[in-house]
Amino acid sequence: MESMYVKDVSVTFPGRRKGEQVHALDAINLTISPGDFVVALGASGCGKTTLLSLMAGFTSPSKGELLLGDMQIDGPGCDRGVVFQKHALLPWLNVIDNAEFGLKLQGVPRAQRREIAAGNLKLVGLQDFHQHMIYQLSGGMQQRVGIARALSCDPAMLLMDEPMAALDALTRETIQELLLHVWKKTNKMIFFITHSVEEALFLASRLIVMSPRPGRITHQYELDFNRRFLETGDARAVKSSADFIEMRECILSIIYGDEKAAQASPEVIHV
Amino acid sequence: MSSLKALPADKPGSGGSPMSTTHPIPRRGVRLFAKKPAKPGDAFGAPGQGGSVAISAVTVVILLGVWFAATNLGWIKPLFLPSPQLVFDKFIYVSTEGFANSTLLQHTMVSLSRVFGAFLLACVTAIPIGVLMGVSRFARGIFDPPIEFYRPLPPLAYLPLIIIWFGIGEFSKVLLIYLAIFAPLAIAARAGVRSVSMEQIHAAYSMGASRTQIVFYVILKAALPEIFTGMRIGIGVGWTTLVAAEMVASTSGLGFMVLNAAEFLASDVVIMGIIMIGFFAFSFDLLMRYVERALVPWKGKV
Repeated sequence: MESMYVKDVSVTFPGRRKGEQVHALDAINLTISPGDFVVALGASGCGKTTLLSLMAGFTSPSKGELLLGDMQIDGPGCDRGVVFQKHALLPWLNVIDNAEFGLKLQGVPRAQRREIAAGNLKLVGLQDFHQHMIYQLSGGMQQRVGIARALSCDPAMLLMDEPMAALDALTRETIQELLLHVWKKTNKMIFFITHSVEEALFLASRLIVMSPRPGRITHQYELDFNRRFLETGDARAVKSSADFIEMRECILSIIYGDEKAAQASPEVIHV
Repeated sequence: MSSLKALPADKPGSGGSPMSTTHPIPRRGVRLFAKKPAKPGDAFGAPGQGGSVAISAVTVVILLGVWFAATNLGWIKPLFLPSPQLVFDKFIYVSTEGFANSTLLQHTMVSLSRVFGAFLLACVTAIPIGVLMGVSRFARGIFDPPIEFYRPLPPLAYLPLIIIWFGIGEFSKVLLIYLAIFAPLAIAARAGVRSVSMEQIHAAYSMGASRTQIVFYVILKAALPEIFTGMRIGIGVGWTTLVAAEMVASTSGLGFMVLNAAEFLASDVVIMGIIMIGFFAFSFDLLMRYVERALVPWKGKV
């Protein structure tokens, strides 16, 4: 099994004004090992999405390098499945055609890709919705299709960019639990971005807290709330346990501190 | 500590309107046509929701009625506006006896073949070129200036040039209509390419798609709804250009028929011709809408 190595990676963009440089990420070091569920959390503008784009290969680093196993990442590829916030499914295809789209691109024979896609759809609980069109599904179901699709090429890693941000609270909890079950079954590395502290704590086996300007990792925590859930199956009990709440408040104060600092410093107000 | 006490659940018959249900509840306002049950949240939806076929039918009936009344009651002279019966008689006459050496069927077939010939040519050229403009900056750089330059020109302005260059034959007529359809169709296809979301493209790339696969499996499909809109606009422009194309050295065609009849002040033939053009244009648009619903059912839903 391969690991993802982010080695001393910096990203700078040209800013709005001429000659200005925006440091989106500054000297990031991160190793994600097989079976890791890494959640990135942080105030807006802290470079979470940039970090995910780097791993996905949509962006290249200004400095440093990213490796998956011993291969350098220099573009997107089917060894890293990406789940987006929304609008990434193909509305002209039905559910199973979406789920097998990646395999079709690889030239996998039809019968074989049907079988794989059906397996993935079963994994996300959509076995009865193969023929539905995407626009006939609820937001939560659409996101399940997104997960099944990302799994289709059997990637080493799942990259998830706020996949639940557009879902309602109840659906969100269901999909969180589903995702943990999928993670346990497939044992894939997952890199997951969220704005929700509770979601981060619940899902992560490792939580990285990022801070903006320049984007960097300020705190890292090893967590086991997800394993507790997988053992007991009782999400509410995990989320209302004393140590969960204590952890939540601790992380919140870190992030609020960043947000306040961001609002207080005048240099960042460019509308 | 606050006490949490569950409130009793709603019982049928409890609460609700103070009005007794035995009396009909008075309604305010007048409703045109019956209001159908709406989905929750739709009853006060966006202005303009709901079907309009019945209203359109009434409009058509009223327009015909006004025409009928105005001509039969002698408000307007037949020279300016002939009565519906006269126009219908003319329709029968031209269908059987012909006008200007061709029957109505011949006129219609000639015009249809010109418009649809030009339309098909435009579809097989403008759509690929428009898509190419969307996906390649070179193609955009090359095609953008000529298309944007000639697009707002009225076809009548460059008709003389086309005649000088290509003569007065069938080719010039089809070319004029083709040019009129080409620009809006190419622009629609190009705009359609834009309607693909970056997430869809990124998703395809991260599933190992090549650039060619992205163009054919993602961008082309995403552009389809706008291409259909472009086709509908294009064919409409084609019909409006028909009369201009048939102005010069034609011996048949609906546009020619109208122009020729106008010279003899045969306003009944003019109106009959106009109705024929409108009928075919509208019928084809209905067909296109049907095909659109069948081929791009996701339009407007994502």
